[in-house]
Amino acid sequence: MLWSPAFAGAVSARAQTSHRPVPGASTAEPRTTVLIHLFTIIAGARSLVRDEVPLPLRLRKRERNFASEVIAFASGLGGCCWDFIVLWSPDSSMAVTDSGMEEKQQDKDCGKGTSPTVKKLKRYWDESQTKEGANDSARMEEPRDDGQNSAGKKRKMKPGEKWQKRPGGRKLVSGKEDPFPGPAPIPQEKIMKFERGKKTKLRQVSNRKLKGRLKTLETKVELAKTQAARFDLLLPEEAGFLEGDEGEDTCTIQQEDIAEAVDITSGSKHFNLILNQFGPYRLNYTCNGRYLLLGGRRGHVAAMDWHTKSLMCEMNVMESINDIKWLHTENMFAVAQKKWLYMYDNQGVELHCVKKFNDVLKMEFLPYHFLLATCSATGFLQYLDISIGKEIAAICTKSGRLDVMTQNPHNAIIHLGHPNGTVSLWSPNLKEPLVKMLCHRAAVRAVAVDNTGTYMITSGLDRKLNVYDVRSYGLLHSYVIPFGASHLSFSQRSLLAAGCGDTVQVYKDVHVKPAHKPYMVHRVQQGVHGIQFCPYEDVLGIGHGEGFTSMLVPGAGEPNFDALENNPFRSQKQRQEWEVKALLEKVPPDLITLEPGKLGEVDFLTLKQKHKERVERLGFDPLAKEKFEPKLKKKGRSSSGQLLKRKKKVAQEEQRKLIQESVEKKLHQEKAKKKREKIALLGQRSTLDRFKK
Amino acid sequence: MKVKILCRNPDDYVRETKKDIQKVPRNYDPTLHPFEVPREYTRALNAVKLERVFAKPYLASLDGHRDGVNCMAKHPESLATILSGACDGEVKIWNLTKRECTRTLQAHEGFVRGLCVRFCGTSFFTVGDDKAVKHWNMESPGYGEQEEPLHTILGKTVYTGIDHHWKDAVFATCGQQVDIWNEQRSSPMRSFTWGVDSICSVKFNPIETYLLGSCSSDRNIVLYDMRQATPLKKVILEMRSNTLCWNPMEAFMFTAANEDYNLYTFDMRFLDMPVMVHMDHVSAVLDVDYSPTGKEFVSASFDKSVRIFPADKGHSREVYHTKRMQHVISVKWSSDNRYILCGSDEMNIRLWKANASEKLGVLTPREKSSLNYSQKLKEKFQHHPQIKRIARHRHLPRAIYSQAKEQRIMREARRKKEMNRRKHSKPGSVPLVPEKKKHIVAVVK
Repeated sequence: MLWSPAFAGAVSARAQTSHRPVPGASTAEPRTTVLIHLFTIIAGARSLVRDEVPLPLRLRKRERNFASEVIAFASGLGGCCWDFIVLWSPDSSMAVTDSGMEEKQQDKDCGKGTSPTVKKLKRYWDESQTKEGANDSARMEEPRDDGQNSAGKKRKMKPGEKWQKRPGGRKLVSGKEDPFPGPAPIPQEKIMKFERGKKTKLRQVSNRKLKGRLKTLETKVELAKTQAARFDLLLPEEAGFLEGDEGEDTCTIQQEDIAEAVDITSGSKHFNLILNQFGPYRLNYTCNGRYLLLGGRRGHVAAMDWHTKSLMCEMNVMESINDIKWLHTENMFAVAQKKWLYMYDNQGVELHCVKKFNDVLKMEFLPYHFLLATCSATGFLQYLDISIGKEIAAICTKSGRLDVMTQNPHNAIIHLGHPNGTVSLWSPNLKEPLVKMLCHRAAVRAVAVDNTGTYMITSGLDRKLNVYDVRSYGLLHSYVIPFGASHLSFSQRSLLAAGCGDTVQVYKDVHVKPAHKPYMVHRVQQGVHGIQFCPYEDVLGIGHGEGFTSMLVPGAGEPNFDALENNPFRSQKQRQEWEVKALLEKVPPDLITLEPGKLGEVDFLTLKQKHKERVERLGFDPLAKEKFEPKLKKKGRSSSGQLLKRKKKVAQEEQRKLIQESVEKKLHQEKAKKKREKIALLGQRSTLDRFKK
Repeated sequence: MKVKILCRNPDDYVRETKKDIQKVPRNYDPTLHPFEVPREYTRALNAVKLERVFAKPYLASLDGHRDGVNCMAKHPESLATILSGACDGEVKIWNLTKRECTRTLQAHEGFVRGLCVRFCGTSFFTVGDDKAVKHWNMESPGYGEQEEPLHTILGKTVYTGIDHHWKDAVFATCGQQVDIWNEQRSSPMRSFTWGVDSICSVKFNPIETYLLGSCSSDRNIVLYDMRQATPLKKVILEMRSNTLCWNPMEAFMFTAANEDYNLYTFDMRFLDMPVMVHMDHVSAVLDVDYSPTGKEFVSASFDKSVRIFPADKGHSREVYHTKRMQHVISVKWSSDNRYILCGSDEMNIRLWKANASEKLGVLTPREKSSLNYSQKLKEKFQHHPQIKRIARHRHLPRAIYSQAKEQRIMREARRKKEMNRRKHSKPGSVPLVPEKKKHIVAVVK
């Protein structure tokens, strides 16, 4: 593909564009036929360097092949407010076999015979090109409104038909009207994703200044929302998927078949580690999904970069291991051993032995709070702030041995499962559970909460799998699983993995609709001891009695990471910088609440509530009326008779006031009533009444 | 079977050479950014703390005067030049970049009462206790030449203030009356009097340039139209106003510095009630000057402090004081909106930053964007109690602190008393007078 510097310049000159319709794209699925790509370049989203132009990066490989020659026609319509770029390949001979048909179809669609010769790049000031472009665009379909396959409807211009003129649409220099005026439409649900709170009702605001300010703020929020929604178009990766042939269940597909079908790099992500001496194994991935930590029941600890399969450290702690967790980076991890909690660095050097934390059975790391939450056999839930090495809270849950624990990644609340079938929700700020819900009739075996913090899934000894809405604490679905699930894990795209005995079942959309059969199934040699989806990868890690298995689960991981949050490819320098920034914005533990967004909302406290809180805080009511105590006066004026007299003066003051007010109110009401009657009477009167005597 | 598995090409995510910048792909999906509000709150808290850490407003002191600095004037063309007149009749011209005095001249006998620079910046006028108005060249005299004024006008009475027209060769003086002078003549074009009293300051309106305002010691603020023979109107306050300053952006607005510790912002069309009463000083306010944006002004007070008020707020956002600064007599806001100069009794001119925590010098784009971001965050969370407390906290000298406390108690007592009086009198006989109206005695047209 040739990218002339002039063209790159033209591209970079665009500030704001809108995405444009795709001729030919509607006739077939977008994966094969997107010949023309339209790009939204949100201002400042990306700098374009000549040899690193992002536009071709957007084209998937296959399209890159046949898009042998690109004609850009950038039409600057009326200055800088909006422009657009259309790229397409007229060279159908270069089409890949499976897209050849559509290719030809597109040629026909285009109306004019495309010449296979290489064309000169046309610019917006070439009038003839503009005309051609306009001719083409007259036949363009409705813009593809999202990344999905919704380009089905085709709409052709009838001779008399006029395009609805949207604001921003202007006439071209050649006299042709822009067929797609204004910014491209964005589907509402995409905008909804970036919705933060409700719109302010401007009509209710009486203050003029405040109203103006709120209005400008509202437009800014609107702009931010739409721009964020438009940014989706620039995301480079697409999520994985697995579809069976006709009549083939996806759950019957073997891992080996998948590994064979996909490319070598992806295939290599399916592997087994046979470690049959020290198992069963617990595992943990770092937040960016790059590093893997394995901890065998019998003391074996191994940390590795599982992409390159390079071992960072391996050791035996010579004690039983209950759980392991990475801390905020891949430099440190915590191991819950037989008695105490230990911290090691990535070389396996012991950093700390925390003796305040004993008999820990499960751990959770809250990455934004730098808290390590542990639950122990003695029934204690403890929080360790790893940035300052201090115990933040130690809560005696009074519910016996705690070995079922998970965190809600949305609000950092800890969910504990208990043998009596209840699940309790904890924050470090309260000694009692925030919520206690009865989920099963038997002991709870595993709990998992999805990434958005909306759904909680529990499994119990009664072999049930219950889906709860954590916002309303209501049961959504209940399934019975053979053998019941001993381990549960949610992926970033809400696939659920359940470890039942020696099989691992992966379910899709359990929280949306009842699932009748699993999406995928994999069987390991011995009982499953730990499962976790690898973040940002289509991989499920399974720790079991025979070692570790990395299972391929297409569609599990989030395809596009945000490098400022978690970057699997970050360098050492980037990590160090991230660490400093993350520590600076460490969320204090007292902000852990059920609704983390509450802090940014307006706290509409009524006067009564405020007063009540004040009374509670002060311990007395500052506004309470003091009982009248007559002053001590001399010369016999404080004799009991005199005192009584003075008391009598103020005795009925309150009551008098009340009576006065009520009488006034009554008078007012009567007046209003009379007025109404008078008006009603006026309505009945005829026009001639005024001549009556 | 159709299958696709996530597979990222590292070339798309890792920079090619060490000279490149790192690639930072973004995804704004809210589920990838949990704890948005708590994290922003923490950032805002950090930002507001850092702002207080970096709040070092004091830049320099210009010393050299041998008596209290009575008046100052900005140069209209040169940001680095400032003129100051002292109580011993000396005028000094300062270079702010070098922080040194470039020229000294003995202008008057006794006080230099007023000082103003001609709009072109080539010359300046002084008035002094010796009943003279002197016109000086901005350039210092050549080698061997005598330091002499271009013109001298001897009047009958003492002139207490002077201001130059913003466009024409006309200036105004005040004393027993307000005189409008043409630069070419030695007698005033026009004289305004309204009652017999001494007028302590006169100021031209920078936008409607023929308008003038003056403060007189019989508690009046009088407005004049240069084209008319008589004054326009006046407002009588409870106490005397020392100076006034016109808002450079809003033609109708001006702020008067009053002896009753307050500043009053008036709309000259509606003088019966000030637009805003600015309280915070604990002693008489002696001088006031607007920022060139018209959004804020700075005031100098007898309580040895300088305060910065937003023009539409009742309380100050900033207070500057030092151990050695005595009664501040004059204050100026620099024309680039970044510095504040104050001249005080103990012969020094002090240079302050207008924004206490601002970093001086060139900012890199990253610094700038980071500062903008934290500014926005501070704004967003400004009403949260913790953030508000840190942002508002200022250390005050004991004298000011205790006096402010005392005044607060007095105000509260007065309010209570009035409430009691209202409670025990016939309804309506003790009306509720708003604070803005309390200080206005009358408006005369």
